[in-house]
Amino acid sequence: MAMAREIGVLPRVDLQRLLDALSAKGYRIVGPTVRDGAVVWETVRSVSDLPVGWRDHQEPGRYRLEQTGSQEVFGVVHGPQSLKQFVFAPREPLLQIERTKDGFVTRPTLPQSEKVAIIGARACDLAGLAVQDRIFLKDFHSDPYYAARREGLFLVAVNCTRALNTCFCASMETGPRAKHGFDLALSELDDQLLIEAGSEAGRDLLSNLCLSRGSEQLSAEAATRVDACAQSQVRRLDHSRLPQALYDAHEHPRWDEVASRCLACTNCTMVCPTCFCHTVEETPDLSYQHTTHARLWDSCFTQEHGYIHGKNMRPTIKDRYRMWLTHKLASWIDQFGASGCVGCGRCITWCPVGIDLTEELPALLSPGIQPSIVRQRVDGM
Amino acid sequence: MTNPYVIQPATIVEKIREAEHIHTYRLQLVDEEVRRTFRFKAGQFNMVYVFGVGEVAISIVSDPDEPEFLNHTIRAVGRITKAIAALQSGDVLGIRGPFGQGWPLDEARGRNVVIVTGGLGCAPVVGAIEYIFKRREQYGSIKILHGVKTPHDLLYRERFDQWRRAPDTEVLLASGQPDKTWSYHIGVVTELFEEVAIDSMKSIVLMCGPEIMMRLGVPILMRRGIPETAIYLSLERHMECGIGLCGHCQMGPYFLCKDGPVMRYDRVAQWLGQTGV
Repeated sequence: MAMAREIGVLPRVDLQRLLDALSAKGYRIVGPTVRDGAVVWETVRSVSDLPVGWRDHQEPGRYRLEQTGSQEVFGVVHGPQSLKQFVFAPREPLLQIERTKDGFVTRPTLPQSEKVAIIGARACDLAGLAVQDRIFLKDFHSDPYYAARREGLFLVAVNCTRALNTCFCASMETGPRAKHGFDLALSELDDQLLIEAGSEAGRDLLSNLCLSRGSEQLSAEAATRVDACAQSQVRRLDHSRLPQALYDAHEHPRWDEVASRCLACTNCTMVCPTCFCHTVEETPDLSYQHTTHARLWDSCFTQEHGYIHGKNMRPTIKDRYRMWLTHKLASWIDQFGASGCVGCGRCITWCPVGIDLTEELPALLSPGIQPSIVRQRVDGM
Repeated sequence: MTNPYVIQPATIVEKIREAEHIHTYRLQLVDEEVRRTFRFKAGQFNMVYVFGVGEVAISIVSDPDEPEFLNHTIRAVGRITKAIAALQSGDVLGIRGPFGQGWPLDEARGRNVVIVTGGLGCAPVVGAIEYIFKRREQYGSIKILHGVKTPHDLLYRERFDQWRRAPDTEVLLASGQPDKTWSYHIGVVTELFEEVAIDSMKSIVLMCGPEIMMRLGVPILMRRGIPETAIYLSLERHMECGIGLCGHCQMGPYFLCKDGPVMRYDRVAQWLGQTGV
């Protein structure tokens, strides 16, 4: 099937043509940009806004960018942000409520569906988005706010050819190649970009660009690089015994050990592409005539998350870390038919103390006290 | 696509004092169309909203056959319930719901019903009791075992008296800290199991109250021969959305706001009583 797919070749120096074609279709283009020593999603207008020549190096608790001086456009794998913020907004006003003489009136504040083309999404990001789709769109209560934002997205994926020290998508079977869920997928091969369409909208855009067809040799080269990327991943997560093995590990002493390191800072849940917990905030104005009812990202690491009238179901950090990891890797499977982990490694990188779930899981699934874990570390620097 | 977040105004028709800091609010939805189509099952809950303050999950205690009125018994204990306590008849609250799975009243038909409750935990089951009494001939014997800390915590006192007088019905009360007026059992509700005959194969148990009561009570019932598939619990967790999206009410793989709050015991046995779940 892969050979039958239509693949075009765009010289890297002509990447602006793709951006222009998307703009011409009415999309606001969002891509990775360098800001404050990290890569974040921003509106981009030209290729020069993209992190040309930059590479990221990630390790537990560490994120560094390096300028290599090359012409590589998609050398940075990812920053702290997944695609989550584009659909499940960090703060989503749900209702405006106005006091009236008979009580109040409620007005839903659905976001305007905006055409946004995101360029540079990785396979793990697409997998994370697919998980969020299952949560917000597949149930009988589809979320209209999420749906409105989701509708306008055009996704330009980039196949990964370089693995970070923290990546383990290969073991989660979510990457490094983007297999589905994209409109276009790019492979950056030195000075050429292979572009593959994954949807009708993608095929339409691809035909507008009138590219020369990619040779089988180029496709094979791209596949080789993606395979090499998968092979080079130093972390893996064996999920074959989940969910039950983690349910059974509820009283494992390792939870105490990891809790002694965890700061309950919530970083892992904020950077996770799939975490969906949210709370509702009520913000009345000074006149108390008008109030905004909004939802905000929440985290199971907060004191309030497990609170019920006068009691906290999860008072200790141990309770909360166990809640998070057990949900992410085990109960998520029962709830949504898939793991809550896509192997992006962000929770490892952005944990201030470098807690690594690929290290915690095997420790929790082995009998007895903490085994010593020997792992080959390959430093990207 | 319907918007599950929209809040419907509801007028407080009556505010009934049950005990100190506890009131039952009789609500009527303001919008006629919404009021006409609103249906709920005993054991379901609403998100009750106070303008400018927020929402809280409260079970519906009134009769599902009179859905034009919605009764909620609320103890003023947190930020939002205290704001509710400050309201009076004629004031307007908000309602979003109904949510969750109610009591298995169809499955209970033709069987003896044993209701075990503790403290204010009896509220979610009151609607079920009323439902059964309205269709008394469809159910077998009824045993209501209710425990409170002190006699002051005994809500719906006149209803317990009324139920006690009904045919083929036993009402047993227990208080751990009784006063001189207390003429019932002294101790905890699970001790009342010794005082009733339960036909284990014909009975269905509805349990509601503190989890410690369930954890101690269920094994006793199972030793009496009641299958774990005949025991139903109304469980409580922090709830914000009511639709299994906000993540707070998880218990193992369940979202208690949509998979519960009423759960069959065998489905939750693994998680009940585990710390931090």
